[in-house]
Amino acid sequence: MPLFARVQSFVRNLFSARSVDSDLDQEVHSHLAMLTDENLSAGMSAGEAHRAARIELGGIEQLKEQIREQRLGNWLHSILSDCRYAIRQLRQNPGFTAVAVLTLAISIGANTALFSVVNGVLLNPLPYKQPDQLVSLWWDRTPGQHSSVPYANFLDWQKQSTVFSSMGAYRQQDVVLSDAGEAERVAGVMISANFFDLLGVKPFVGRFFRPEEDQIGAGPVALIGDGLWKRKFGSSPDVLGKRVALDGAAHTIIGVVPENSPIYVSAGIYTPIGQLSDPTFRDRRASTGTVGIARMKPGITLAQARMDMDSVARNLSAAYPDADKDTGIFVNPLKDDLTSGVAPMLLVLLGAVAFVLLIACANVANLLLARSTGRAREFAIRVALGASGPRIIRQLLTESILLATAGGALGLLFAVWGTRTALAAIPQALPRADEITLDGRVLIFTLAASVLVGILFGLAPALRTSNPDLQKTLKEGARGSTGSRLRTQNIFVIVEMALALVLLAGAGLMVRSLIELAYVNPGFNPEHALVFSISPPAAKVATAAQVRETYHDLTARFEAIPGVEAASPLFGALPLTGGDSLVPFWIVGQPKPSSAREMTRAQWYAAAPDYLKAMGIPLQRGRFLSQQDNETAPFVGVIDDGFAHAYFPGEDPIGKHINLGILDVTGAEIVGVVGHVKHVGLGVNGVLDKRGQIYFSMTQLPDKLLPLVGRASTFVVRSAAPTATVTVAIRSASEQFDGRQVVYDFQPMTKIVSDSIAAQRFAMSLLGVFAFIALVLSTVGIFAVISYLASRRTHEIGIRMALGAQPVEIARVVLGQGMRVALLGVAIGLAAALALTRLLANQLYGVSAKDPVTFAAVAGLLMLVALAACYIPARRAMRVDPVIALRYE
Amino acid sequence: MSPEPTTLLQGTLDLLILKSLVAGELHGLGISRRVQQITSGTFVVKPGSLFPALHRMEDEGWISSFWGDSENNRRAKYYRLTKAGRKQLEVETKRWSRISWAIGQALEAS
Repeated sequence: MPLFARVQSFVRNLFSARSVDSDLDQEVHSHLAMLTDENLSAGMSAGEAHRAARIELGGIEQLKEQIREQRLGNWLHSILSDCRYAIRQLRQNPGFTAVAVLTLAISIGANTALFSVVNGVLLNPLPYKQPDQLVSLWWDRTPGQHSSVPYANFLDWQKQSTVFSSMGAYRQQDVVLSDAGEAERVAGVMISANFFDLLGVKPFVGRFFRPEEDQIGAGPVALIGDGLWKRKFGSSPDVLGKRVALDGAAHTIIGVVPENSPIYVSAGIYTPIGQLSDPTFRDRRASTGTVGIARMKPGITLAQARMDMDSVARNLSAAYPDADKDTGIFVNPLKDDLTSGVAPMLLVLLGAVAFVLLIACANVANLLLARSTGRAREFAIRVALGASGPRIIRQLLTESILLATAGGALGLLFAVWGTRTALAAIPQALPRADEITLDGRVLIFTLAASVLVGILFGLAPALRTSNPDLQKTLKEGARGSTGSRLRTQNIFVIVEMALALVLLAGAGLMVRSLIELAYVNPGFNPEHALVFSISPPAAKVATAAQVRETYHDLTARFEAIPGVEAASPLFGALPLTGGDSLVPFWIVGQPKPSSAREMTRAQWYAAAPDYLKAMGIPLQRGRFLSQQDNETAPFVGVIDDGFAHAYFPGEDPIGKHINLGILDVTGAEIVGVVGHVKHVGLGVNGVLDKRGQIYFSMTQLPDKLLPLVGRASTFVVRSAAPTATVTVAIRSASEQFDGRQVVYDFQPMTKIVSDSIAAQRFAMSLLGVFAFIALVLSTVGIFAVISYLASRRTHEIGIRMALGAQPVEIARVVLGQGMRVALLGVAIGLAAALALTRLLANQLYGVSAKDPVTFAAVAGLLMLVALAACYIPARRAMRVDPVIALRYE
Repeated sequence: MSPEPTTLLQGTLDLLILKSLVAGELHGLGISRRVQQITSGTFVVKPGSLFPALHRMEDEGWISSFWGDSENNRRAKYYRLTKAGRKQLEVETKRWSRISWAIGQALEAS
């Protein structure tokens, strides 16, 4: 019963507020009347009776307010009325509201956008069943250097490990799909039979591979991705049992699976990895792109899994000393595998964008403070009518939270647009980019950020306004005492300037890094170099002889195109694309290392004689490969100058011989030295860049290797003609060679170079945008404060001018005030930036995180902008007419 | 808003108001005068305390109100005890007896 009564009261107080209130009014007045009656009957005069009654009752409005505050549901009722009041207030000042909402929208929008990226990339679990149990497995040929695992090793891992409920493998290998419309190149993944079961993925139709299909000699079967299914087969379930040719070999489609995955590039074709019989793939010494993936048994920790795999690695080390001595196995949470590279950068950016939000808060707080002076009377009157201090704080906070929420809602729109634009601009910069969406967590983030921000920027002005000195405020008129208010405003501006300086310094360092990177000589000439890939029909690359003939023929055809200066196939990884192809070697005359593992490894490239010309790599000594270096001639190699310096210091490397592991070539003669190519990355200078580079003649590669590497190849073509023209000519030359052949992935080498620093460009663009917003906001902030200051001093300036002060002196006073604030902000900002920019150190290249030039430049820029912002109020102050200024007071 | 009065003073006021309504319905001024009367003038309840308390107690469901005519033929708002209010009076009375007994003991102790 009491609960029922209370609910009833709550509902009545809330929804019949008007009738409850008029009831209250009547009650108070009837009480007053009865008190007056009482006094009259006690013999007082009418006037006296009324006065005494009023005294006993107290202030009618105050009493009513006291009663209202006692009511059930009063809090909700007053919040609603606060909101109504706030909206009315905000609508009365559309200029202020627009500026504040826009400021907040930009900064909350930027925060939302970045948080949605962090959420999609770092926070969200991978889209698989119990993703925390998933790990990736890499082969540590040398400690700390993770590479793909030789398939033979993977099979041993699978057999010997005890901590995983299942272990699978995948290897990306593109294929040419024919017999289903026009022949085309399709991204492909070779997978172990258990791969999708392990991830917890279900087929759309059909089934996965059976273990017996994951063996050499099993019937050729394939799964296709849903995208390909839709595009080629109209999503028809009849696709099951259809036969397609993959690299010329007939395969039966047995199922349809999702095409996208954060783990590998989205793939159209899946084949069983165990069917691949290539000898190099089966070679225990060669890592050929196979990556292990496993699901830990429930209750098994990462540490336990690592211990178990360590013991597996020790077993293999003992069993196969030549290939596996002292090798390790790296067990990494699958998610870290994908995101650990970008996590530090994203967190730095998140910090930066939070700074932008703080600056926006300071700015809006300053606007509110400026307004609060004008509203001092309003609040004094409300206090006089019975509003309590906390009540007024709540009222003001309601206003600021409402502002922030409006800003947040608009910001959400900015965020949707901004995220899309940023990701579209630099798609290579992030893993899992397609998983970035505005989900519930992002919306909650935005809402929480808005409310928090509203409280943050509303609190200082609210506290300052809520405790007005009634007498003084009401008497003094619109101008309250404002000394402490100014102090608060100055502090806000100083904080803004300091935060803006930190962001500018970060952006400045990134810009300098990118400029430095742009000046890095990649070791080749990307201008006019066009790169594409080619997949000859399987029938033309089945044997080593066919591979030699086919690529020889293709090279000649491409070089015959008018305007093409040079063309060459390239077996092995293209520089700056993230891949590598390594060969262990030892120098003839030196003792052979006891195992393949102990041999130093070099980056190898197998190409045609014109590769040097096509890539624009300078020849330093001797000669490059020639047509005479064919399969019947002695095996020769050309090394880069880094190789020469590292292994033949002070000697002439030409004429020296080296032995090559894996390729099983002994006594290859070095015939030339060429310039070093930045293979790993423009900004990479460490051990990875010091790796030696060696060029072989494509035709001299061993017969056992050619069919594997010859299935598809990169081609480099040098031509000054427009890319589109060359592309068309190459396509038609390819068509003439063989209609079944597929050419794809045309890219200017310049694009490959710029894509290789996409992550840095992404970071720089965002930091640049944030710094720009910060600069604009803090400029507006200092302008507003100095203008206000100057206008406050109009009277004083008038007196000074009447006493003979020169306008220039007046301007100096106003500017001096602004500059003091700006200088203090810049000084604090410099100190903070010195401490914070080292978080960026990993993203920087060729510039120290404490680069004095950058710091001086951004400090100068900020001061200059502040000076410009103060110039307008200073000039206005110079033009003060003393007569008007004095009369105005 | 808490049903359990937290201060002695507030508890006292609620108790006195409930007690004053036992005999029958009264308007605000009537309650005020009745309290004054039954406490022999010890407690004078000012409107500033009386009305907030009345409205709170009404929200709690201990008393209910209706409009009627006063002895001087003025429209006045009358309050009467509800069933829940009578129960609350018992609770408050017991609580008060315990407190006053305890305070008495404390003061008598030497």
